Amino acid sequence: MLKILKYSIYDLLRSRWSYIYFIFYLILGFVLLFLNTDIDKAIITLLNIIIVLTPLIGTIFGVMYYYNSREFTELLLAQPIKRKNIFLGQYIGVSLSLSLSLLIGLGIPFVLYGLFKSASIFDFVLLIVVGTFLNFIFVALAYNIALRTENKIKGFGFAILMWLMFAVIYDGVFMISLFIFNEYPLDKFALIATMFNPIDLSRILILLKLDISALLGYTGAVFQKFFGTSFGLLISLSVLTLWVLLPVWSIMHISGKKDF
Amino acid sequence: MIEIINLHKKFGKLTVLDGLDLKIKKGGIFAILGPNGSGKTTLIKCLLGMVIPDRGDILLEGKSVLHAAAYRNNINYLPQIANFPSNLTVTELINMVKNLRPKPADEKPLVELFGLRPFLKKKLGNLSGGTKQKVNLLLTFMFDSDLIILDEPTTGLDPIALIHLKETIQQEKEKGKTILITTHIMSFVDEMADEIVFLLDGKIYFKGSVQQLKEQTHESNLEYAIAHLISKQDA
Repeated sequence: MLKILKYSIYDLLRSRWSYIYFIFYLILGFVLLFLNTDIDKAIITLLNIIIVLTPLIGTIFGVMYYYNSREFTELLLAQPIKRKNIFLGQYIGVSLSLSLSLLIGLGIPFVLYGLFKSASIFDFVLLIVVGTFLNFIFVALAYNIALRTENKIKGFGFAILMWLMFAVIYDGVFMISLFIFNEYPLDKFALIATMFNPIDLSRILILLKLDISALLGYTGAVFQKFFGTSFGLLISLSVLTLWVLLPVWSIMHISGKKDF
Repeated sequence: MIEIINLHKKFGKLTVLDGLDLKIKKGGIFAILGPNGSGKTTLIKCLLGMVIPDRGDILLEGKSVLHAAAYRNNINYLPQIANFPSNLTVTELINMVKNLRPKPADEKPLVELFGLRPFLKKKLGNLSGGTKQKVNLLLTFMFDSDLIILDEPTTGLDPIALIHLKETIQQEKEKGKTILITTHIMSFVDEMADEIVFLLDGKIYFKGSVQQLKEQTHESNLEYAIAHLISKQDA
């Protein structure tokens, strides 16, 4: 698996998309720090961007990489390598290189701005951890979609729809249901509903840590009331881990049965 | 050496392999023939574990290959369409495949034989179809394995490369290798094959030597003999 991982990363490092992504984060970091002149505020702004953008990029990259490397995959399948190692290697390769772009792209401007001397270093680390989680989750989901869909265009369509669903539609439906059923106690419902959306979960995770109650929103407030800050962090981190593990298990399951 | 027992495979509603039984002994050249869509490539891909059969078993040297991976180290496979990652150079691809297989490889004589030296530093995406097929052949023959599977090896080759291919196959045969070939070029079969396996409707329709086939169909030309087999089915 390590060999496959190595080749996937090598392959991605040669593609210009990784660099575009890296440069995008680099510019984003510098611009935000320039505009906010305060690391704390820059982190909050960044949070709102990362939470929507990393899933989108992860989704597109995951689907694109799967379809683009199909030939490579077929070549590998005829070699004495276990199937699950091929797909696991590719998946980790994509997720890891995206996370590296995120870490280095945002890391450089923040370090230059004196991150190590500021108290916000843990907040920044948490932001990167959440971004990495979202990368791993959405690349895995995208791989699941691509593995099930032979047709490239359809695969892209489903993947974007999946992202749209988690990033936008889910929240909309959630808000509407809260509005309609506002006469009922909705705490538990809200809590459970949050668990089913990794983007919401990540948002709450960071806001809990930053301790900005004004931005927590309904679910965040319920979350904090229910679990308290540190237990809430633990819960949301473990659920995010589950969000990685389940799709990865599904990748191995589907790829084991697929015909090439 | 290869034993295929009651192999079934459906793609959706389309039955491709329908209870196929086949035994192939060690050593010699076996031509797998059949009309388009008769399941030749599916059969080969089942053998390689790329397509997973619905039912049945495939034994290689007495051991089932289903859900296994290590056995592929002893198979050289030439895919039908030479699809390679287009941003790699030929040398990078060769090194990568060598790196992925835990056995020694010698590509140098093949580079000379197929005249690939000028292309080694070129990206695979920029090569012509015939040159890609030569690279494909090189990747297949650079390892020393007991079983060699060639899916349409002649596609896109010029006459000189074709002669070199035939020589290479003969040399491998003399070393006692088992070689499976699918092709639609009957003169190639007539010249090379020790035995013919004819697939029709997902079953083995005929298995035997070229001579036996000609006698059975009362045709002196292999092309007509095969056509005879196919048309008899339609009637």
